[in-house]
Amino acid sequence: MDFLRPTTWEEALAAKADQPEAVPIQGGTDVMVEINFDVRRPVALLDLGNVAELRTWTLADGVCRVGAAVPYTRIIDELGEALPGLAQASRTVGSPQIRNRGSVGGNLGAASPAGDSHPPLLAAGAVVEVASRDGGVRMIPAGEFYLGVKRSALRPDELIRAFHLRPATGPQYFSKVGTRNAMVIAVCSFAVALHPGERRVGTGLGSAAPTPRRAVEAEEFLGRELDWDSRLDPALLGRFGELCAAAAAPIDDVRGTAAYRRHAIAVLARRTLTWAWNDHRGRRAA
Amino acid sequence: MRVTFTVNGREQVADDVWEGESLLYVLRERLGLPGSKNACEQGECGSCTVYLDGTPVCACLVAAGQAEGRRVRTVEGLAEGDRLDPVQEAFAECGAVQCGFCTPGLVVQAHDLIERVGKPSDADIREALAGNLCRCTGYEKILDAVRLAAARKAAAR
Ligand SMILES: Cc1cc2nc3c(=O)[nH]c(=O)nc-3n(C[C@H](O)[C@H](O)[C@H](O)COP(=O)(O)OP(=O)(O)OC[C@H]3O[C@@H](n4cnc5c(N)ncnc54)[C@H](O)[C@@H]3O)c2cc1C
Ligand code: FES
Ligand code: FES
Repeated sequence: MDFLRPTTWEEALAAKADQPEAVPIQGGTDVMVEINFDVRRPVALLDLGNVAELRTWTLADGVCRVGAAVPYTRIIDELGEALPGLAQASRTVGSPQIRNRGSVGGNLGAASPAGDSHPPLLAAGAVVEVASRDGGVRMIPAGEFYLGVKRSALRPDELIRAFHLRPATGPQYFSKVGTRNAMVIAVCSFAVALHPGERRVGTGLGSAAPTPRRAVEAEEFLGRELDWDSRLDPALLGRFGELCAAAAAPIDDVRGTAAYRRHAIAVLARRTLTWAWNDHRGRRAA
Repeated sequence: MRVTFTVNGREQVADDVWEGESLLYVLRERLGLPGSKNACEQGECGSCTVYLDGTPVCACLVAAGQAEGRRVRTVEGLAEGDRLDPVQEAFAECGAVQCGFCTPGLVVQAHDLIERVGKPSDADIREALAGNLCRCTGYEKILDAVRLAAARKAAAR
């Protein structure tokens, strides 16, 4: 096995182009589990830990650009206000030790349907910045990034550099069902983001389909029916839950049944929209 | 490959390291530091918790090569000579140690909490220790020990 240690982004891209089968490693919280259990024997590990820029973030021109390797702990501490949905989801990842190492870039690289960063990225409309030496930069909207169970739009010679998100202009919430308050892979999860300026609501479902996905019909329904200046109509809320559940395509597995997941998605959808709506109304009243 | 890094303030060199090897394996099997425990090798139990550049991490999930040039502090590096760290003392005093397998990871993780948070609430303690499993104590005495260590630290400030 090779152990590659680029110190700049250009070196990293060159290493990946020369050896596309090299496995990138950042926090290692997915990669090392697979190696320790002999699930994966990569020909080479490409350690991105010395590419300092991947652990930085910037806020410029109204967009937050967050390096692929910024760990969850720092997203929680430093970006909780700008990216509240993602910060909430980050708080639910693993344990403090896992959050100190694990990153959104790694979550995207793994592209698990249960990854907790995906629903808030979808709901808030994130764009993933990827690049390769020979193909240059591609900006992939989160909604087009996930292609199948643990499959993404990333090409073999590409690396994830950052994700881009507008700082929240309205309330955002994330909620996750699991057996414990720590260390759980989501049975299912849901994120909602209000975009009051555009009178739009974004959604993201986790662990409820082969890929993380938006509930597009539910979003369109709210786009048509939601009165942004009034209380939330219970019938409308109920319909929103139904449409979110209908967007799910869950499976039965050790963590839960498909029927339970569909039910829980409806509950989480109603609950998170209610929280967000209360904030929205509260803010306007204040 | 060769990995050179600082462990508990001393530069260490590990040779013939396999590229897929974990930091935990290097510490235990190559550097003779068996304090950090190996229980799950998948980040679930926290018994391998060490400081990496000042941040607590699961050593089983750090590739050895990722520690190159960095600073690691293990449970062996907390005491000063024969003088135990206040967190270690509190664990012993409160009966927070039974079989002891989880203790090194818990001690490092609690040490970090107390360094960062002056007066941790019970909720802070539970949150900080959420990634450390103990099969013996039922956790109550561990919570007692962390409260005691935090109170002593606050008093000494
Ligand atoms: C005990 C435990 C609990 C966990 N709990 C959760 C949880 O609650 N929620 C959750 O979502 N996840 C959880 N995880 C999974 C994991 O922590 C996350 O997926 C995390 O985001 C991975 O980040 P990382 O930096 O450690 O990734 P790594 O392990 O370094 O990499 C993960 C994948 O991404 C690829 N990759 C990494 N960086 C790049 C890059 N820049 N470009 C292209 N590909 C790249 C790697 O090759 C690999 O395939 C848990 C893991 C453990 C061990
Ligand atoms: S051995 Fe590392 S967390 Fe269990
Ligand atoms: S004392 Fe035995 S596992 Fe904690």
